[in-house]
Amino acid sequence: MLKINNLHVKLEAEDKVILKGVNLTIGSGEVHAIMGPNGSGKSTLSYVLSGREGYQVTEGSATLLGAALLDMAPEERAAAGLFLAFQYPVEIPGVGNMTFLRTAVNAQRKARGQDELSAGEFLKLVREKAKTLKIDADMLKRPVNVGFSGGEKKRNEILQMAMLEPKMCILDETDSGLDVDAMKLVADGVNALRDAGRSFLVITHYQRLLDHIKPDVVHIMADGRIIKTGGPELALEVEENGYADLLAEGV
Amino acid sequence: MTIVENELEVREGVDRETVEAVQNMGSYKYGWNTDIEMEFAPKGVNEDIVRLISAKNNEPEWMTEWRLTAFRRWVTMTEPTWAMVHYPEIDYQDLYYYAKPKSLDEKPKSLDEVDPKLLATYEKLGIPLKEQMILAGVEGAEGLVADARKVAVDAVFDSVSLGTTFQAELAKAGVIFCSITEAIVKYPDLVKKYLGSVVPQSDNFFATLNSAVFSAGSFVYIPPNTRCPMELSTYFRINAENTGQFERTLIICDKGSYVSYLEGCTAPKRDTAQLHAAVVEIVILEDAEVKYSTVQNWFPGDEEGKGGIYNFVTKRADCREARAKVMWTQVETGSAITWKYPSCILRGDESQGEFYSIAIANNMQQADTGTKMVHLGRNTRSRIVSKGISAGKAQNTYRGLVSMHPRAKNSRNYTQCDSLLIGDQCGAHTVPYIEVKNNSSRVEHEATTSKVDDDQLFYCRARGMDEEEAVALVVNGFCREVLQALPMEFAMEAQSLVAISLEGSVG
Repeated sequence: MLKINNLHVKLEAEDKVILKGVNLTIGSGEVHAIMGPNGSGKSTLSYVLSGREGYQVTEGSATLLGAALLDMAPEERAAAGLFLAFQYPVEIPGVGNMTFLRTAVNAQRKARGQDELSAGEFLKLVREKAKTLKIDADMLKRPVNVGFSGGEKKRNEILQMAMLEPKMCILDETDSGLDVDAMKLVADGVNALRDAGRSFLVITHYQRLLDHIKPDVVHIMADGRIIKTGGPELALEVEENGYADLLAEGV
Repeated sequence: MTIVENELEVREGVDRETVEAVQNMGSYKYGWNTDIEMEFAPKGVNEDIVRLISAKNNEPEWMTEWRLTAFRRWVTMTEPTWAMVHYPEIDYQDLYYYAKPKSLDEKPKSLDEVDPKLLATYEKLGIPLKEQMILAGVEGAEGLVADARKVAVDAVFDSVSLGTTFQAELAKAGVIFCSITEAIVKYPDLVKKYLGSVVPQSDNFFATLNSAVFSAGSFVYIPPNTRCPMELSTYFRINAENTGQFERTLIICDKGSYVSYLEGCTAPKRDTAQLHAAVVEIVILEDAEVKYSTVQNWFPGDEEGKGGIYNFVTKRADCREARAKVMWTQVETGSAITWKYPSCILRGDESQGEFYSIAIANNMQQADTGTKMVHLGRNTRSRIVSKGISAGKAQNTYRGLVSMHPRAKNSRNYTQCDSLLIGDQCGAHTVPYIEVKNNSSRVEHEATTSKVDDDQLFYCRARGMDEEEAVALVVNGFCREVLQALPMEFAMEAQSLVAISLEGSVG
């Protein structure tokens, strides 16, 4: 599904190297988690993969289903099946949440040469998906993320994911700012989307999200590199001992 | 969710057509011209030309005199320079002041007799000149939801009106809707009483010129206690080269009545700038209400600023009696230069004025627009919501006056001016003038300036929208309050226009 090979990235504005040779392969249907201390490059990785400006790839490559990801515009990556659930979802005043969703869904369908959904088909679909995430009609009508609580914003990201049906989902600290109930709701939403043709990369600080979204593989990232890879037990180890031991080991 | 909500949802969005229009179009969609034989008055303006225009319109002597008084005044006046717009000097003697398709020499008795070429022009512009229902239908979950409405149209081509639809049906309700030329002949008492009573002949340089040379424009009279049975609209098309359009519109809404009036405008692409100096006067009597909506889409000139319409327009509504209400809504996307301040004179006690505006300036466009709220009566209310969008190298200025006179006790104004910048070479300016001459009135002014946010654009793009689509979505969101104030059929058009006007403003 996703293959990252020796990826080096620097921040353009500060000329600062953030990723120093990341290698990662995620197979179809797999759930991978990346954990690591602040500043290790986790969020940068998600931004670079989704095409945000301000980052320069100095070396290495990334492919999504065999296609060179880093050459594509952000919207092309989205149409190819990449989805990033933002750590800080952006507010767009005056634009109804439903309008935003419909515009996004149809833009992707159009890019893939599919017919656009009619208003009726779209409404039916969005109501169905919103229900499972406990998103009420009011939240669909309000402007995108404006005045949403932390939990509502994250649920809204998962709703977008459910509507867009991507192949490769990156969740960037989707658990941050959520209480236990909200986290469970989000995790249930994610789990409902798990299937053999869809892969996940879950970026998180804490093991607790991984209690709900069970990963197949856990990676530890530090200083721009993946320093250790293991099974779910690796996350538990971090939870108990912190990153210090692993960091010492990685040096 | 109910049917009504579905409609709203669709209306809020950037529909497929909008985006396709943005992607596929060269630029200005209405830039073609109609090849037709025209009759011009000689170039330039003098007393003979004024008399000629008056004679062409078969006007009575009093009207000719009225024009001449204005002209004599105009030659003593100088062009105003206080607005934040810059343009080469206009040679007022190098313009045609009157242009009429030859085929209209014999005034057609009905629209059926009008030259098919002219009718085709309006068809191509999407303006219905047949008396048909306008379908503002959207497909909803529960099948087709159609909102069928009638809209009466007065079609103005250069200096003449081709005809007005639905006149017979309107007459049944006592509503008069015709060209001003026709009104001067048929309803001289009404015209004499109200013409120049809101915008006097001597008002300002452009209005005075208009008073001398105006041709065409609409006349509306709504009798007492009448809700006008349909929307009224005038569609202005400037076609001839080097020709100014000087229409004059007069709307009178008598006691207890209501009318919604729409105005649309386009012009062909030309290398040379064209002058448009219109006057709109609205008189609103006791308990009456007028909604006046404009979608102004004159040719804005090319990317280097060549050509385009110079739009110097005076629009004013007089809430002459108690509890009169007026609402101006404007979407200004076209013109090389916009100089326009639709105003409200709140003379009657408890009268209300509202002004909602979207002004978009892209490339080399310059817009200096806003409103005047003159509070004269007690307990008067006004509200101003202005959304200015600048892109390319354009300059966009909001200029507004809120004036509370000594007698206007307990009056209120709320003003909100938001500016949005796209790119780093454009400018937004807000120039509010506030005068309060009593101690019981309240004036509030809020202003914001923001840039289209990179985070917002990235968020949209990460969800699959391309850059143009993302900008259109964000800008439509920014304008939403004003778009919602427009009648349905105009809102859809305006929304597409917002996107089209910003074409090429990113990347």
